[in-house]
Amino acid sequence: MRVAEAWRVALDALRANRMRSLLTMLGVIIGVASVVILVAIGTGTKRQVEQQVEGLGSNLLLVVPGKIEVGTAPVVSPLDLKDVDAVSRVVGDPGRVAVTVASGATARAGNRSDFTTVQGVLETTPSVFTRSLARGRYLSGADVDTSRRVAVLGASVARTLFPDRDPLGQQVTLAGVRFRVIGVFAPLGQSLGVDRDDEVHVPVTAAQRLWGTQRIDGIAVKAPDRERIDQLGERIVAELSRRHPDTEFSAVTQQQILGVLGDILGVLTGVLAAIAGISLLVGGVGVSNIMLVSVRERTREIGLRKAVGARPRDIGVQFLLEAVLLTSIGGLTGMALGVGTALLVDAFSPIPAAITWWSLALAFGVSAAVGIVFGVVPAQRAGRLDPVVALRAE
Amino acid sequence: MTVAAVEAVDVSRAYELDGVSVSALRGVSLTIDQGEYVAVIGPSGSGKSTLMHLLGGLDRPTGGRLVIGGRDVATLTAPELATLRNETIGFVFQAFHLLARTSAVDNVALPLVYRGVGARQRRERAAAMLGRVGLGHRLHHRPNQLSGGEQQRVAIARALVTEPAVLLADEPTGNLDSVTGEAVLELLERLNAESGVALVMVTHDQEVAARARRRIAVRDGLIRSDTAHDRPGSADPDGPATLDPAPSAEPRSASGSGPGHPSGGSGGATGATGRLPRPGDGSGR
Repeated sequence: MRVAEAWRVALDALRANRMRSLLTMLGVIIGVASVVILVAIGTGTKRQVEQQVEGLGSNLLLVVPGKIEVGTAPVVSPLDLKDVDAVSRVVGDPGRVAVTVASGATARAGNRSDFTTVQGVLETTPSVFTRSLARGRYLSGADVDTSRRVAVLGASVARTLFPDRDPLGQQVTLAGVRFRVIGVFAPLGQSLGVDRDDEVHVPVTAAQRLWGTQRIDGIAVKAPDRERIDQLGERIVAELSRRHPDTEFSAVTQQQILGVLGDILGVLTGVLAAIAGISLLVGGVGVSNIMLVSVRERTREIGLRKAVGARPRDIGVQFLLEAVLLTSIGGLTGMALGVGTALLVDAFSPIPAAITWWSLALAFGVSAAVGIVFGVVPAQRAGRLDPVVALRAE
Repeated sequence: MTVAAVEAVDVSRAYELDGVSVSALRGVSLTIDQGEYVAVIGPSGSGKSTLMHLLGGLDRPTGGRLVIGGRDVATLTAPELATLRNETIGFVFQAFHLLARTSAVDNVALPLVYRGVGARQRRERAAAMLGRVGLGHRLHHRPNQLSGGEQQRVAIARALVTEPAVLLADEPTGNLDSVTGEAVLELLERLNAESGVALVMVTHDQEVAARARRRIAVRDGLIRSDTAHDRPGSADPDGPATLDPAPSAEPRSASGSGPGHPSGGSGGATGATGRLPRPGDGSGR
């Protein structure tokens, strides 16, 4: 009964000072909303990256020179096509091995141009990585063997160079050399802000001739099954190390990439949430401040309530509830605002955002807790007021 | 006769002000019996407000023994004292002290909240009490929609809704004009006569004090006189006139007992208890 009355009194008090309550809540609203939004963006980005890494294809093994560790400098690759043949022998199936040699280059068609990434690849790329075409065909074994100057355009390159015509059969100039367009990729979208459709695939042999190199940047292998993928990686690394004793090689699986990316993005999400948490804390200080004002303003009311029989605890609970109500309403509003904004960001911007239940529960729990923590001192002060002094207050 | 509503024995109250002890009350003994009508009179700073706060359990004495509703205040915790106030005492203040934004009926029901009475029953009892003070038609008006006299009547209803043993009124007519004040006094006196609640009225107004059956004059933290009158002033239109000499005599009697006071402290006590012989009081000490 007393608690019900205390709720009513607390609501009345908030209603009596609408503007002040609103402004105080605003601090909590902003804090909770930013926690929800930033955690949603962090989670959404993590999920998107995971999906993309998984979408590359299953049982992938990426072989690159150098160590895959944060802080190590990229190594100039000693690999060439003979190494690729050696790896194919280890794998036992050349169709499961893809390569890349990549460089930035300007692509031109007519008076239009686009600076893009040119990848020299084998005809195996679409079967190793999951990659589908929107139009035309992919590179063939004959294209690779004869260093034919044919190209498959990424969706955004095709859009930029051929905005209003069919690119199939048209000429594009890559680094000054003319290639014929034989296919266009289906769009992939963005990954961590990078446009994945901004690339052109050409036969690896043609690319090497274009840049005057024998180099291969990296090898990708689609393992026959998940169980022996690590073992296969070790065998490939051993073979390459035998051929190039001076260079270290690494073979990483999707799971390892996902693990590293997940850790990085997890830390990022945590940092974002912590920054948002600070604003929630500041909102809590605002609540504490306004509760002290409220206690001072209503000193006479406290005195009167005590005179008619309110115990210190009754008064304390009343003011504590007021603080908790303030932060809870602010918390709920902030949650609604955060969810709404996150959904809008996800729908209308390239930034992905995913709402997680734990972040909502956490944000609301923290805001209610902020009410208790920052309401306790003012509430205790109210409860301990001397009724005689309180009744005499102006 | 039953137990006294409030009993004070050699009660004193000192305050610490910047390390200096200031005595507001310096040894006061008195007994308020059930159904009494007492006026406590004295100039400002005499200690009469301090006395009222002590009698109402809002404050604790720094010396002596104070028993309210049969319970020694010194033995009670703060929550117990709050409950004792709720059950035993009703307050009426000069400034009404009604909760703004709260209807008359909810203001009156407030003490019942702290007694744990259900919402419906609270409202019923509050409405009935407002009816008794003549405000049955103003249940849902807020304080700012009521006249001063009406506000004080709401406060009186609030003080009595718990059916307390003692009604403490601190300058209840101080913020009212004389006509309204007269009506409020008549209401207090009627309720005192009807319900048997002891009415203790603190005032500096001699005319108001003259209406009480018993007058206690306080000065410099001591009781200077404690006199009973057989005739209640309010019942007799000529009362105030005939009683006039008495209030003016009080300061004289106070100053008269002043020189012999060191022993008069306990003399005041016997004066208070002497009015209503209470052998238990004497033997108790």
